Amino acid sequence: MYSKKVLKNFYNPKNFGEIKDPDAVGQVGNTVCGDMMWIYVKLDKDKKKIKNIKFKTFGCVAAIATSSMLTQLAKDKTIEDALKITDKDIIDNLEGLPPIKHHCSVLARKALGIALENYQGEKDK
Amino acid sequence: MKKKQIYMDYAASTPIDPRVIKAMLPYLKNYFGNSSSLHDFGNKSAEALEKSREIIAKIISADPREIIFTASATESNNLALKGIAFANREKGRHILISSIEHDCVLESAGWLQKQGFEIEKIPVDKYGLIDPEVVENMIRKDTILVSVMHANNEMGTIEPIEKLGKICRTHNIYFHTDAAQSFGKIPIDVNKMNIDLLTASSQKIYGPKGAALLYIRKGTNIEPILHGGGHEFGMRSSTVNIPAIMGFAKAAEIANEEIKKENERLSKLRDTLIEGIRRSIPKSHLNGHPTKRLSNNVNMRFDGIEGESILMLLNAQGVAAATGSACSSQKLQPSHVLLALGIKPEEVHGSLRLSLGRWTTKEDIDYVLRILPAIIQKLREISPVN
Repeated sequence: MYSKKVLKNFYNPKNFGEIKDPDAVGQVGNTVCGDMMWIYVKLDKDKKKIKNIKFKTFGCVAAIATSSMLTQLAKDKTIEDALKITDKDIIDNLEGLPPIKHHCSVLARKALGIALENYQGEKDK
Repeated sequence: MKKKQIYMDYAASTPIDPRVIKAMLPYLKNYFGNSSSLHDFGNKSAEALEKSREIIAKIISADPREIIFTASATESNNLALKGIAFANREKGRHILISSIEHDCVLESAGWLQKQGFEIEKIPVDKYGLIDPEVVENMIRKDTILVSVMHANNEMGTIEPIEKLGKICRTHNIYFHTDAAQSFGKIPIDVNKMNIDLLTASSQKIYGPKGAALLYIRKGTNIEPILHGGGHEFGMRSSTVNIPAIMGFAKAAEIANEEIKKENERLSKLRDTLIEGIRRSIPKSHLNGHPTKRLSNNVNMRFDGIEGESILMLLNAQGVAAATGSACSSQKLQPSHVLLALGIKPEEVHGSLRLSLGRWTTKEDIDYVLRILPAIIQKLREISPVN
């Protein structure tokens, strides 16, 4: 059912945990399946690039694997570029997801989007 | 090194007992005749069929002519619900089913609702038990059928079938029970238990897939679903699957002979596993009834983590299990059974079913107890819910 890449990211997820003093935090919950995801972001000193990113996920194999992949894709990207990451990018980099699990990738991307939008919203206040 | 393989999903399906395979082989190799044919080839198959019917009838104290062989428990349940509904629709259109039935009963009832029948679901308590008094109060003048499963497939709770049967008998209403999980594990007497229709399956008791039965009490007003050559006393037309039915009968015979000893052995292993998990893993809870439960069923839930993830980590270490989590279902819905117990959707998320069987050993239980705490711990470290 799952690709080797998905399983690799599930068995050994990258970037899980919390960041103590994050610049941005995003949280999403999925009412359909019950999953929950938190994304923590630390920016570089110019506040342009994502220096560190971590996740915490309460969810299935796909939810954990997509969280892990998203954080790898977003790390070292500028805020602008990180916001351009699509669900397809996450799925392609995981060498595919079962169609029924596609919503998990949306969850990870949304959590990052919310985190970065929160940050920009705070900044513009 | 060969990967360790521990099967703990016997409630989903069982391997075929070698003794069953031996009984089936002649009917796969040599005796292929159609049991309806009049020649010797056919006679040989017809004899095997009637012998199987006798064996199984005796186990549940039924008459052989009351046993209808089908291809699956799903088919038997479809036949019971739809067959009774259509034959008795002049009498009434009200049907009661429990809220924890298997999908094949729920979906059959749902389909009947679309045909103009009225379906009401019987609630259960936090252990999954039905209160017979509640059922008695739900019965109406136009109630034609009550269907309550004998033992639940997910969390193993055993229902008070004898009492329910008595109530239905008093009110002159047909009583059906899905015994797919209990047949071969709990002794069944259809007369003592006042059962009018009963579903049992081969592949849950170390028999082959493709064989099941519906017991239909003599005199029951029921319509067939499959029309054709009039097999199975006109109740189920289809060329009869003799090897599978031979296997089913042999499997039933073995299960019946070993029922007491096997229940004692399994319930000990079950309780060791439940207690071991509770002791070693914080925030772990038992789903279902602590004592009124199948001897082979363990269903636990763990706060803050998800079942499919637990399953895959167990699988990576060679243990096969199941879960009621929404993530593992094709409909992305949490288990309706666990929800009916009043368990919250996010708690259902972390449910794990370990079902034991004929080849489960104490070593298997010890192995699971050794690896499970670290798996739960690992997932809790990733989870934001504490």
